[in-house]
Amino acid sequence: MRLLSVQNLSVSIRGDDGIARELVSSISFDIAAGETLGLVGESGCGKSLTAMSILDLLPKPQAARSKGSVLFKGENISTANQPRLRQIRGKNIAVIFQDPMTALNPVQTVAQQIIEVLQIHFPKQSRSAHRHRVLELLREVGIPAPEERLSAYPHQLSGGMRQRVMIAMALACEPDLLIADEPTTALDVTIQSQIVRLLKGLQAKNGMAMLFITHDLALVSQVSDHIAVMYAGKIAEYGKARDVFATPHHPYTQSLLAALPGIHHPPKSPLLALEGQVPAIESMPSGCRFSNRCRFVAEFCHHNVPPVEHISDTNTVACHRWKEINS
Amino acid sequence: MSEAVLEVRDLKLHFSQRSGVFGRDRTVVRAVDNVSFELHKGETLGLVGESGCGKSSLGKALLNLHKPSAGKVIYQGKDIAGLSDKAMREYRRSLQIIFQDPFESLNSRHTVSAILEEPLLIHRIGDRASRTQRVAALLDMVGLPSSAASKYPHEFSGGQRQRIGIARAIALNPSVLICDEAVSALDVSVQAQILNLLLEIQRELHLSMLFISHDLGVVRHMSDRIAVMYLGQIVEIGDAQAIYQQARHPYTQGLLAAIPRLGSSPEESSQIGGDIPSPIAPPSGCRFHTRCAHTQAQCKIQPPALRPEGSHFTACHFWEDLKPA
Repeated sequence: MRLLSVQNLSVSIRGDDGIARELVSSISFDIAAGETLGLVGESGCGKSLTAMSILDLLPKPQAARSKGSVLFKGENISTANQPRLRQIRGKNIAVIFQDPMTALNPVQTVAQQIIEVLQIHFPKQSRSAHRHRVLELLREVGIPAPEERLSAYPHQLSGGMRQRVMIAMALACEPDLLIADEPTTALDVTIQSQIVRLLKGLQAKNGMAMLFITHDLALVSQVSDHIAVMYAGKIAEYGKARDVFATPHHPYTQSLLAALPGIHHPPKSPLLALEGQVPAIESMPSGCRFSNRCRFVAEFCHHNVPPVEHISDTNTVACHRWKEINS
Repeated sequence: MSEAVLEVRDLKLHFSQRSGVFGRDRTVVRAVDNVSFELHKGETLGLVGESGCGKSSLGKALLNLHKPSAGKVIYQGKDIAGLSDKAMREYRRSLQIIFQDPFESLNSRHTVSAILEEPLLIHRIGDRASRTQRVAALLDMVGLPSSAASKYPHEFSGGQRQRIGIARAIALNPSVLICDEAVSALDVSVQAQILNLLLEIQRELHLSMLFISHDLGVVRHMSDRIAVMYLGQIVEIGDAQAIYQQARHPYTQGLLAAIPRLGSSPEESSQIGGDIPSPIAPPSGCRFHTRCAHTQAQCKIQPPALRPEGSHFTACHFWEDLKPA
C-alpha cells in the first residue's frame, strides 16, 4: 500500500530580485508502508526542499510549494489546514535533521523536550506515564544510563547522543513515516554506523517507513529499498536500490558512481570527474537540466525536458538517450 | 625508501584551558600525545581519524602555528624550534596548507589576483610584471580562466574556490603541502576534480603531501602510506595497501568496517560501540580499551608501544593474536 504519494511536486524559490523560480520541478514518488526510500543528490539539488514541503515546513516566503499534491494514506495533506498539519507532524510523520545541536532546544532538558511531544499528542495521559515513556524511548535508542540523562541539556551530550535524543523524540508517537534529513552527516563513521543500525533496527521493529535523505551514495545504498537520484531539482533516476547502483541508466548516476574513489580505481590514478558544476537556479538549462555537463548530450537535450520513462516495472529514468547509451 | 623531508619526534601538544567557576580550575587537553613519524620526499602520507583525534592540531604544529609542548619537528635535518627568523620564513615558504573551508580561508575583500600575489609580496619575490605573470600561470595550473584574476571569492563555486586555495598554496613552490580536509566540504563530482588536480600538481612539483581527512575512501585513493590516529596518538602506520587490506589495530579494523560500501548491508559491518572519550581525561593504558572488543587486563594498565614489523607499525599489545579484518 502507498503510505505517501508525492505527485508532480514543484517548489519555487524567490530570489533577491523578487522573481520566483522553480527549483524542484514536477517530481513524483511513492513510499510504501515499512519501506525506505533513499533520496540522494549533491548539495542544492532540492532534496531537503522536497522533504520539507511534504510537511509544509518550507522557509516562507522565500520558498513555497508551487504545484503538485502530497497524499498521505490517501488524504491530500498539501491542502490541509494548519491544525490538521499539526496533528500529522510528529504523530504520523516525524523528522530528524542533520544537526541535532540546532534542532534541539538548548535551554530545555532532554526529558522536557521529549515530554513536550507527548503532551501535545497525548494530552490525556498522566505526567508519570509520559516520564515512563521517555525512559523507555531513551533505552530504545541505546542511550546508556537513561535515568541520568533525563536532566541533561543538549550541550552536555556528544553528537551521537544528541542524534539519539532526536530519534527518541521522533519516535515518541510511533510515526508511520520518518523523514531523516542527512541524519548522520555531522557524525564520525563509527557513530554513523551505530545510528544507521539503530534506525534500521527500529524500523524493523515498528514497521515505519523512512525517507532517507543523504549525499552519500554508499550509505544510501545500504539503507534503502528504493532510491531516487536527484539532480538540479529533478529525479534523474528512480528504482530498486540494488538495480540503480548495479546498472545505472542515467548518465548522471553513472558519472557520480565513477567519480567515487574506491576499489575500482587504482590508488593515485585520475578519477573520472564530472566536469563543471550544478547549474545555479538563475541559469537552469531549459531542456534537460543535466545537459550542460552530460557527455552524451545531443542538440534536442538542450531544448526538451526529458520525459520519465520506465526501464522496468519499478524503475524509471529521465533521459532522452537512455536507450542508446545503455545499449 | 627515499629520504625524510619532515620528521616528527615525540611531539606533544597540550592545551591548557580554564574551567570551573571564574576559571579557577585548569584542565589540559592532550590534543597530540607522543606522535612520531616521517614524511618522505614525494610521498603522500594520509592521516585519518575521527573528529577530535588531533589530526588537524598535528598539521598546525608542523606549520609552527602551534608551539609543541614537547618533542621536535625536524625539517631537512634541522629542528624548526631553533630556526632563525630568516630560516623560519624560508621554512614557512616551503610548507603550505590547504584548508577545508574555501569559503572562510579566502579574504572576501580581495580579488583573486591580490590573494595569489600576497604570498609573493610577503616573501619579496619578483617585480610587479613578473608577479602578474606568476598569477596567470598559477590560475592556468589549477584550471581557472585568466579572467578569474579580477574577480572576488564570492563569485566562485566551492570547487573553484578550493582551486584558488590550491593556487595560493603552490604560489611559493613549496616542497610540502598539508591538505587539511581539503575536499570534505565538496560534492562527489567536484571532489573528484580537486583530487585529480592535487595528484597532477604533486607530480609536477614533486610535492610531499600530508593528507588529513576523515574520509577513508579518499585517503586510500591519495596516499602511499597511512597513519591512523586515535585520541592524540598514532595507533597504526604503514603502507596504504597494508592498512586497507591487513589492518592490524582493532580500531583501524573497526573504522574500515564502519565505512558504508555500495550495496552492502549495515549488519555486515562489525561495530565499534560507544563514543570517543574526552582528550582531557583519556583512558589509562591503551586509549582504545574502552571501545575495543578484545580488551584484556593488561590493556587497561599499560599503554602499548608502536611496534614495527617491517615498515608497518601497530600500537596494540595483542595484534598478533587478532585475526585481520
